[in-house]
Amino acid sequence: MPEAVKNGLELRDVHICLEGRELVAIDLSIAPGEIVTLMGPSGSGKSSLLGHICGTLPDAFDVSGQVNLDGRDLDGLAPQDRHVGILFQDDLLFPHLSVGGNLAFALPSHIKGRANRRSRVEAALSSAEMDGFYDRDPATLSGGQRARVALMRVLLSEPCALLLDEPFSKLDSGLRSQIRSFVFDLCRKNSLPTLMVTHDPEDGEAAGGRVIALD
Amino acid sequence: MRSGLRAFVSALGIATGVAATSLSGPAMADPAPDVGNWQSVLDQARGQTVYWHAWGGEPRINDYIAWAGEQVRERYGVEVVQVKLTDTADAVTRVLSEKTAGVDDGGAVDMIWINGENFAAMKRNELLFGPWAEQTPNFAYVDVEGKPTVVNDFTVPTDGLEAPWGMAQVSFYYDTAKLDNVPKSAQQLLEWLVKHPGRFTYPQPPNYMGSTFLKQILTELVADPSVLQQPADETDAQATLAPLWGYLEDLQPLLWRDGQAYPQNGASMRTLLADNEVDIAFSFSSGEVSSAIEAFELPDTVRSYVFENGTLGNTNFVAIPYNASAKAGAVVLADFLMSPEAQLRKQDPQYWGADTVLAMDKLPADMQDAFANLDLGIASLAPSERGTILPEPHPSWMSLVETEWQKRYGVVQ
Amino acid sequence: MLRFVPILTLVLMIGPVSAGLIGTILPAFGILPALGRTTPSLDPWQALFAQPGLGTSIRLSFVNGLIATAISVAIVMLFCSAWQGTRIFHAMQRVLSPILSVPHATAAFGLAFLIAPSGWIVRVVAQVAGWERPPDIAIIHDPWGMALIAGLVAKEIPFLFLMTLSALPQADTDRTAQVTATLGYGRITGWFKATLPRIYPQIRLPVLAVLAYSTSVVDVAIILAPTTPAPLAVRILGWLSDPDLGLRFMASSAAVLQLLIVIAAMAVWIAGERIISALGRYWAEDGHRFKKDVALRGLAATMALVAAGAVVLGLIVLLVWSVAGFWAFPDLLPRGFSLRLWARELDAIGSSLTTTLLIGIPAVLVAVMLVLACLENEVRTGKAAGRQAMLLIYLPLLVPQISFMFGLQVFFTLLGLERTLLSVVLGHLVFVAPYVFLSLSEPFHALDPRYGQTALCLGASPARVFWQVRLPLLTRAVLTAAAVGLAVTVGQYLPTLLIGAGRFATVTTEAVALASGGDRRMIGIYGLLQMVLPFAGFALALLIPAVLFRHRRGMGAQNKG
Repeated sequence: MPEAVKNGLELRDVHICLEGRELVAIDLSIAPGEIVTLMGPSGSGKSSLLGHICGTLPDAFDVSGQVNLDGRDLDGLAPQDRHVGILFQDDLLFPHLSVGGNLAFALPSHIKGRANRRSRVEAALSSAEMDGFYDRDPATLSGGQRARVALMRVLLSEPCALLLDEPFSKLDSGLRSQIRSFVFDLCRKNSLPTLMVTHDPEDGEAAGGRVIALD
Repeated sequence: MRSGLRAFVSALGIATGVAATSLSGPAMADPAPDVGNWQSVLDQARGQTVYWHAWGGEPRINDYIAWAGEQVRERYGVEVVQVKLTDTADAVTRVLSEKTAGVDDGGAVDMIWINGENFAAMKRNELLFGPWAEQTPNFAYVDVEGKPTVVNDFTVPTDGLEAPWGMAQVSFYYDTAKLDNVPKSAQQLLEWLVKHPGRFTYPQPPNYMGSTFLKQILTELVADPSVLQQPADETDAQATLAPLWGYLEDLQPLLWRDGQAYPQNGASMRTLLADNEVDIAFSFSSGEVSSAIEAFELPDTVRSYVFENGTLGNTNFVAIPYNASAKAGAVVLADFLMSPEAQLRKQDPQYWGADTVLAMDKLPADMQDAFANLDLGIASLAPSERGTILPEPHPSWMSLVETEWQKRYGVVQ
Repeated sequence: MLRFVPILTLVLMIGPVSAGLIGTILPAFGILPALGRTTPSLDPWQALFAQPGLGTSIRLSFVNGLIATAISVAIVMLFCSAWQGTRIFHAMQRVLSPILSVPHATAAFGLAFLIAPSGWIVRVVAQVAGWERPPDIAIIHDPWGMALIAGLVAKEIPFLFLMTLSALPQADTDRTAQVTATLGYGRITGWFKATLPRIYPQIRLPVLAVLAYSTSVVDVAIILAPTTPAPLAVRILGWLSDPDLGLRFMASSAAVLQLLIVIAAMAVWIAGERIISALGRYWAEDGHRFKKDVALRGLAATMALVAAGAVVLGLIVLLVWSVAGFWAFPDLLPRGFSLRLWARELDAIGSSLTTTLLIGIPAVLVAVMLVLACLENEVRTGKAAGRQAMLLIYLPLLVPQISFMFGLQVFFTLLGLERTLLSVVLGHLVFVAPYVFLSLSEPFHALDPRYGQTALCLGASPARVFWQVRLPLLTRAVLTAAAVGLAVTVGQYLPTLLIGAGRFATVTTEAVALASGGDRRMIGIYGLLQMVLPFAGFALALLIPAVLFRHRRGMGAQNKG
């Protein structure tokens, strides 16, 4: 991970408008390892905020304010240069790649050497208790396994912050708590400032951090 | 084709650069060959590629053309590529469109298989190179005296702008297994049709074969056929054509499909005979009928015959456009096509079965024998069976007849 | 670089069409310097309107084009509504897809050999009825042009069906059908009331392209349409190839008239759409459920089956003719079979297939690259604004070929580019690119944008996202679009002949030249040969992804969309 000062993620007076209507207005700072939960009904612009932070929000939105990560100003940076990872409610594993291929896709190119890269991926799999899954077709995995691979994929890309967009809403209730703690533990372990949007109050409770309600 | 080029270019705002490019063109300018000096023609021709635009609807003819190309490549180093047309006029159109675009050198068409109206139009619009044809070595064998049409294409003097390639004469054909007595004149045809309505038709004019049928009838019915040798506008055309329209008035309702539909061309008329939809059809070459039997297109009981007062005959030619890229090569090819050897193969129904333009008495003895010994094929007519060959009317009659036919019968709905 | 591609693409489409149109419009008003005419006049129009039967020709083009389009659309909609999601639907999908690779002229010849008075169907009847001669009735070339309509419908159904298929997922049709069914609606009614309004906008362009094609078709019309008189486009071609060069002027004004006819037909169609949608809104809300639609469903399946069956049977007749010895009426089969003609054509076949690929592969590659670049640019800039402008890419599909191809030939001659491979490829590109765009833009837009976003957030550059994520995910869609493009280039006759000056003998130019000789055996051989490349293209488009992703179950679902 980049050797920078770990200040966490700061949203300074961020306003997002679409066609003159204000969707989100927020001022927030998230410390490394902290998980902030953003609650709000659909259409409240939660996902737009995440899009803005990771740089994929379409031009049609009008945005003001600043986004700062570990002291770097993110505004104007291309998404791939921001080091902000995101997880959606769908795992979005690339169906044309194997499980290992998905993970290797995320591994930065400065990690050189075939064997070296492979062993990094294998290690990640093993930490998710999925040894031997390297060549598996993602379509053959269970829901829980897919969710874990998706998280490992984000972490391998060495993000400085993590965004979660209703990440658990599609999981079975039995699996949900298990995956929740898996994700949250890793966020804390990696000292990632994490912003989660959800409309499930249980997510917020489980995260154990601040819960902010949007309206 | 068309287009006010220059205006067109500036309209597109790309004027300057383009005008310069069009001059350099895709091919180099080809200086006019000096046909009087044959060796210089051969020298100039070597290494050229001749794009020969010829109707491509008949595989046998395509094969013959490929053979001829092979020969001139081996002998004179001239490449020949046949551009297969569905209609000769497409080549005329192309030369015209090049003239439109100012491509006066390096044109796409080096040689056209042509005659009649197409030749007349190209000659009139000065789209042809020449004169060259009568100075070529093999023209000496051509039967100018016995076959006057080799220098008069539908009455239009060829003036050395095209070289004769083959002879054609209208002949009718029928299935001897189905028919005994065949009508042998325009009048008999009409009487026969009264008894057998729907059993005859002709290709829809302005198709070449269809128009030929109308001219055949016209030539038979007109009081003084010599009128037809003059341009139509110099005569009392309406009076001349009256007997034809009177005849068609009776004939049309008796035709196949009551004259509401027509075969597209000679080939589809042949198909109708094969399918027993009509009893009598006609073609421009009885050799073609033999070949069609050979190719399973017609039953082997089909035979040819001609009308007792004669049928129309003409010559087909090859011509070179004024802007051809390989004029010398085309002249060399045309000369080869008139050679006894090429003409012998052409007359052989095994390869094609079209009549020669050469005079037998001008040929060396061995060639005369070779021609005499040809097996002409079961449905082909020997020279003795061909009756009188009637001359083609001036091309202006054809346009006139086609236009008037279109008005009277081209719209039935 | 990327952001200039849409403009480049549009220039490549609109440039040739407008250059060609100018080259047609000038002589239509009497300007053609090569024939010494430089002053504008209305003489060509007077000559045109003095042509006997012009009204009938216009009617045949206009009315028959509209009817053929309406019937095709109706059958496809009815069939989709009646059978969507069933096994019959998927079976039909499998039958109709390969039919897309049958060129129009081949299908028309097959149909003619099937339904003509001497065709196979009548031969069967003749066996029973004891006829020795074909009945003297006009089944093809009939005065009302019904055979023409039948030929067009049989060939357009597969195209519209596949276009509809790619639109269906957007409307979440399976669940919509469940909802309407639980609300007590009959299958067909539920579909027409709830699904059609959502998918019609997606297939509107293909429908208009079919309309433009049907009102200006030449090859199918020559084979099936009446000739006394013929539809306008056929007559234009006749005038253009008349040795009387003066007819060029009138032919040009007729070509302009043909364009006006197409525009008028589209206006009528669009007006019809408006009326139907207004009436449809009432109808949708009136609560009638038409639960008993078994008979209508049966009819829909029958009509679709007849259309597909006619093409398939036609192909079989072509195959039989291609190896036939003498074949008399009313024999069901030839007296003998022979491979002689196939053997003779073998050399020619090889070289014409090569030439076809020589033109087709670059044209398709360039088209696919341009279209992908346009679509990728749209994703990267995130602007939908350019989308309206991109509709102009369809211009070549809506302007009749005969109205601008001859002018285009002059244009290329002028550039000194005529009869070069480059100009022929460019000429083909004009028709290939719109179809590639048509078949690729739906799947491209349907791809979940979050794949791209996820990949970017994982640190991948936009280029890497395109090459390693979007492109592989769209493998099948891209290959299918390429196959559609290949089918389009293989079928081009006029552009190949005119721009290539006959120097490029493709399967299609050979087929058309030999068809003029009228031998049904040769028509059979070349008709089938014209199918070989498109068919191989579609087969590869299915096979390559299947092999490439044989261990990736998720790709199947991905590629359905």
